[in-house]
Formats: sequence, structure tokens, C-alpha cells
Amino acid sequence: MEQAPLDPERQLPPAPLEPLGRSDAGLEATGGEEAEGSRDAGSGVDTMTENNFWLKKIEISVSEAEKRTGRNAMNMQETYTAYLVETRSVEHADGQSVLTDSLWRRYSEFELLRNYLLVYYPHIVVPPLPEKRAEFVWHKLSADNMDPDFVERRRIGLENFLLRIASHPILCRDKIFYLFLTQTNYFFQADSRLKALNATFRVKNPDKRFTELKHYSDELQSVISHLLRVRARVADRLYGVYKVHGNYGRVFSEWSAIEKEMGDGLQSAGHHMDVYASSIDDILEDEEHYADQLKEYLFYAEALRAVCRKHELMQYDLEMAAQDLASKKQQCEELATGTVRTFSLKGMTTKLFGQEAPEQREARIKVLEEQINEGEQQLKSKNLEGREFVKNAWADIERFKEQKNRDLKEALISYAVMQISMCKKGIQVWTNAKECFSKM
Amino acid sequence: MGRSFGDKDLILPNGGTPVGTSSPASSSSLLNRLQLDDDIDGETRDLFVTVDDPKKHVCTMETYITYRITTKSTRVEFDLPEYSVRRRYQDFDWLRNKLEESQPTHLIPPLPEKFVVKGVVDRFSEEFVETRRKALDKFLKRITDHPVLSFNEHFNVFLTAKDLNAYKKQGMALLTRVGESVKHVTGGYKLRTRPLEFAAIGEYLDMFALKLGTIDRIAQRIIKEEIEYLVELREYGPVYSTWSALEGELAEPLEGVSGCIGNCSTALEELTDDMTEDFLPVLREYILYSDSMKSVLKKRDQVQAEYEAKLEAVALRKEDRPKVPADVEKCQDRMECFNADLKADMERWQNNKRQDFRQLLMGMADKNIQYYEKCLTAWESIIPLLQEKQEAK
Repeated sequence: MEQAPLDPERQLPPAPLEPLGRSDAGLEATGGEEAEGSRDAGSGVDTMTENNFWLKKIEISVSEAEKRTGRNAMNMQETYTAYLVETRSVEHADGQSVLTDSLWRRYSEFELLRNYLLVYYPHIVVPPLPEKRAEFVWHKLSADNMDPDFVERRRIGLENFLLRIASHPILCRDKIFYLFLTQTNYFFQADSRLKALNATFRVKNPDKRFTELKHYSDELQSVISHLLRVRARVADRLYGVYKVHGNYGRVFSEWSAIEKEMGDGLQSAGHHMDVYASSIDDILEDEEHYADQLKEYLFYAEALRAVCRKHELMQYDLEMAAQDLASKKQQCEELATGTVRTFSLKGMTTKLFGQEAPEQREARIKVLEEQINEGEQQLKSKNLEGREFVKNAWADIERFKEQKNRDLKEALISYAVMQISMCKKGIQVWTNAKECFSKM
Repeated sequence: MGRSFGDKDLILPNGGTPVGTSSPASSSSLLNRLQLDDDIDGETRDLFVTVDDPKKHVCTMETYITYRITTKSTRVEFDLPEYSVRRRYQDFDWLRNKLEESQPTHLIPPLPEKFVVKGVVDRFSEEFVETRRKALDKFLKRITDHPVLSFNEHFNVFLTAKDLNAYKKQGMALLTRVGESVKHVTGGYKLRTRPLEFAAIGEYLDMFALKLGTIDRIAQRIIKEEIEYLVELREYGPVYSTWSALEGELAEPLEGVSGCIGNCSTALEELTDDMTEDFLPVLREYILYSDSMKSVLKKRDQVQAEYEAKLEAVALRKEDRPKVPADVEKCQDRMECFNADLKADMERWQNNKRQDFRQLLMGMADKNIQYYEKCLTAWESIIPLLQEKQEAK
């Protein structure tokens, strides 16, 4: 497996020394989904090089979504959604932004970009895409991919994805990422190496840290999916509770018509019950936001797992190479000393057809020795690759861990804030209703 | 006063309204009109009754609950200033029947439902017994507050007798004259038109019962939804705990959220319990009340119908004119007393109803406010925990 980060073909020239603090700021702005800015115009700030595209600070946004019809690979008509990816450069001094690039991309193109990153940056925990199909839906939400609410949330998720890449110290410099943002007709196919990620194999000496990490990512996936499922059910039930209270509004109104002194109090209380019932829509819409934040980490867990798999792949490769080398060495030794310990075809034929001539043996030994030499070189370089991978991967994993802790803490805080707001609204409505009842 | 037709044809011996008759019903209606305002004050109250201390009795034949009835009074009708007796539901039921028999012109408060489906509800559970106790206490208090019913002999015996069963067997002897006479109305008379004011009361009661029924259904539905919400919450909270076990820096925040959701679940459970125990029974009580009121209205109609029929019969006979026969006069008395009692009771009922519902609905609002306040406290208290900078572990 290639080591991509140092590959000059893939990377733009390194940036001059700019404080990485700006990158982190971009990270925070995307990850935490701060309440202050609207989500419609998110922004990522990045450091760039002098030479080309990354000249000034840039802002990336996925600003629009549009329904399209076209023909697919099998020439059948299909409907899909296209998203407008806009890039703006921000002047240092006055903060004004100028639109530099703007093009339409569909979900499958985002997928291609991500697959590419997965293969060429195997040690990086690659940011995930928003879900392909609507999952964890509670009854009021639609499971339809064309549903405007789903499209809107996906638009935000896609923007988030691009911002995460733009704020990653290594990924942001990738050429293909740049082309994705700027060139409509760039094209590359999914790598066959991607398939290798899903193959099954056994590794003899796995790195303990990666095994533990894989275990953690499995558990994380499992617990977050469970959480999302139950949360959807909770939302459903809560919706029911609030909406039924709306019935009080109508019946209090009807009852007030036959009452003299009680009438006014009942009528106005009924109005507050209506307010209560309709307040749940906004509350649950806000909560979807929280669910989306959890979903991102559900998918991130998958990306984490992929890094572990890649490590396993490398390890497996290494072990196979070492095994191969050891068996060649043994063969060589046997030929040289004349003892046959290993079972080989050559050995068998020798037994059956008699010993071969010394010249033949010499020739074979020579070939083996060459192969052994080559093998030893390869093993050395594979070992080096392996160590590099582990070092780089672990660095990104540490970065990822910090990001995750920060983001999820923010998400929990904003969830708590939502709950507090819901409680306060509840107290307000019932206090108003109580006052109306007191006037009965 | 409910005279429908033929006023001009009648010359009453007294030349006026039948205030002068000595029937207890009419004097009581006078008393009603005088005492109406005093009742609401409570300052002239001279009778206090409480129901408490439920106890289970296990016998060979059956198991049942008795309640202690404590009475404090300065009334002359009571020999002692204070009484304490034990009664079971059966005794209350007997009392109510006796009151209906002996005071048919008055609205008798309802009792909580007699029959309980044995499989579904535990008759001896704390919640059920407490709910029933409250309803029985309400029942006696309503009678206590009534200027006529509170002086009823059966009521007195109920509150004071050591051996109620012995008294029950005596039965018939204590029926009042009015009770007797009304009891003998066979119901063969059909009323032509209900007078406007009673028709209005009838229509009101119909609509009222309808609306209460709807509110009862809504309240039950809300409780059902809340319980289902609670079930989900009880699964939701612990998942955060499970997650917390996987994490390092996030462990405390996640555990905090789990605990918080747990606290909210408990608060919700308290809300649903309160609503079930305090809110629904009172609604049901008022539905029963309006049902029994409608039957009193029908009895009134009977009395009026009898009077009108008799009057008509007299008008046709011609020979007794201009003197009105005594029994027709009695009928008229009866009808007018009934009307007066009923109107007074309706007004009292309307007032009490307003107060009861005011209290009930404010209580409902209060319970919801308390629920949200508990949740608010829980969430506000974990914000500092979530914001805390964790040390590297």
C-alpha cells in the first residue's frame, strides 16, 4: 500500500507557517453547530499556500439543493438531487468574500471523493458523509429521499463534510479535493484497493492498540445506533402527548359556551392548550439537529474502523511476505545441505526421479538467493511503511479523539439547553393556563 | 313558581303562595333561601364530618374495608359533641338510597362507583382505597354543607349509631310525609311541557355531561400517551450509561445525561400517578352527579304531571267548583316545593361545581408545572458538569 501523505503527486506544496489555531477554529465552527450562526451559511477557514488556489482564506458552502432528472448508466430516467458547492475567498483585511468557484455535485460524487480519500489516506480517520437513506425516522419524519426536510438536512451534512476536510491539516491540501471544489469535469474511478478493505483474513500478530480501537469503534457504532433508535421513539411519544392536549382547546371552548361565570376562564385556558400542542413541532425540529450530530459520529465510527482494517491489511501483507521469505530461505538451506525437511514439489520429484545434477542445483540456489535478497529488501521497506503508517495513523487518531470529545460535549450541552428551553416553555404555558383557571 | 296553566281559574284558599303550609318541604325551601349565602361563608358552620383511617377486615365470608367517620357538632340533633364510628361502602350506599327516598326533591351527591371489575383493579391497593376514601369524604361533606340534607334523620343515624345494621332493619318507619307522597306517584302521568327554566337546566346537564365525558376521554388518552413516553424514556436514559462505559473524557458527561433523564422519568411517573388518582375520579364523580340530577328533574316532571292531570280532571268535573279539592292543593304544594328545592339546589350545585372545577383544573396545571420544574432543575444542574474541563485520564 502506498503511503499517500508524502506523495508529491497528491499534495499541493506545503503551506507557510501559519498558526494551526485557525484550522482548529474552523474545526470548532463546523463541529459544534454553534447556535450563533445559521446553518445555512456555514464557513470553514483554512490556511493556504502562496502559489495557487489556496492563496487566501476560503469559505466553502453547500448553499442550494435542486431536483434534477437525467439518464443513468443504464439509460433509464432517474430523479436525483444536485447540490451547489460554492467557494469564496476572503480578503484578509476587510473580511469581504468573493465567489471564486461554484458548481453542482450530486451525492454519488461526494461518495467518490470520500472513497478516494479512504484509499489514499489510509491512516486518516476520514470524515463521514451524511446518511445515504433516511434512517432512525420517527413517524412524522419522512423516509423519502426527496422529502424537502431530508434534502435540507443532507445539504447541511454535505457542507459539514467538506468543512471537516478543509479543516483537516493533511486532507485540506489534497489536489483531488481542490478539483472537486473547482473543476466540473474531473473524473477518477474508485480504486480496487477499496475492495480489499472488505476482504476477510487473519492476522497473526495484530497491534493491540488497533485491535482495541476496532473494538471501540464497533461498540460505539452499536451504542449510537441504539441511542438514535430509542430517541426516535421518544420523539414519537412526546409528539403524541403534546398533540392530545390540543383536544382540550376545543372541548374547553365548547364547554365555555354553556357556562356563565366559568366561560371566560375556560375559553382562554383552552387557547393556551392549543399553544402547548403546537409548540412541539419546533421543539422536535431542533432535536433533529442533535440526532444529526450523533449520526455524524455513528458514521465516523465506521471510518475509524476502516483505519484499523487498513492496518490489518498492512500487517497481513507483511506477515505473508515474511512467511514467504522464511520458506524460501529454508528451501535454499535444504538445497545447499542436501537435507529435505520441507515438503516441496521439487523434493518429491527428486525422490521419485533421483537427485538432480549439481549444476542444476547450483542454478536453483542462485535464483533462490536472488529472490531472498529481493524479499529481504521488500520486507525491510514494508516494515518501514508499517511503522510509518502506525505513527501517522496514531497521530490522526489522537486528533480525532480530541475532536470527538469536543464535538460530542458541545452536542450534549446544546441538547441540555434544548431540554431547558422546552421545560421553560412548558412552565410558561401551564402557568398561563392556571391563571385562566383561577379566574373561573 | 312553576304554575303552568289555569292560574286564573284557581282561587287558592290562602289567597297567595303556599308558604303557610306546615309541610317540612316548604319550610325547608324557605330555609334554603335564607341560608344560601351563609353556607358559602362557613362561619356559621356547626357540623364537621371527616372520613379517614381505612382498615381492612378479613372474615370467613368476605374481606372488606371500613372507614372511620368522625363527627363534631354543636347541633341539638346530636346528643354528644363528638362521634367516631366505622362504616363500609355498603353503609354509604344505604345512606344514599335513604336520602333519595326521603328527600326526593333534593339533589343527592353521588357516590364513587360501586362495582369494580375484580380482575382489572385491586380493590385493596393503597391507591384505590385512598381514591375511594377521598370520594366518600367529599360525599359526606357535600351532605354536611346542604341546609336540608344535613338535618336528615338517616344521616344523623349514619354518623352516630353504634350498630347501624340494627337501625337499617327498621327501615320504613322513618319515611317523611313528603317522601311517602312522592314515592306513591306511580309515574303514569306524562308531562306536556317542561317549564322553561327546568328545560334549560335539563339541556345544560345534557351538554355538561357530554363535555365532561369528552374531557375524561382526553385525560385518559393523555395519561396513556404519557405512560408510553415514560416507557421509552426508561430505555433511553440507560443507553447513555452504556455509552459512558466506553469513553474516557466523555464518561462523566454521558453518565450525567443518563441520570438526568432518569430524574425526568421519575417526575413523569409522579405526574401520571397524580392525574390518575386525583383528576380522573373527580371528573367521574361529576358525571355521576349530573346523571343523578337528571333523574331528580324527571321526578319533578312527574310531580308536575300528576298535579296537572288532577287539575284537568277537576276542571272537567265541574261540580266541585269553585272550591279546589284538598288533594289537588296538596299536589300543587308538592310541585311548588319541589321546584323551589330543586332551584335552590341547582344554584348551590352550580356554585360548588364552579369551585370544584376551578380547584381541579388549577390542580392539573399545578401538577404539570411541578413536573416541568423538576425536569428543569435536573437539566440545569448538569450544565456545569458538561462544561467542566476534564483532566487527561
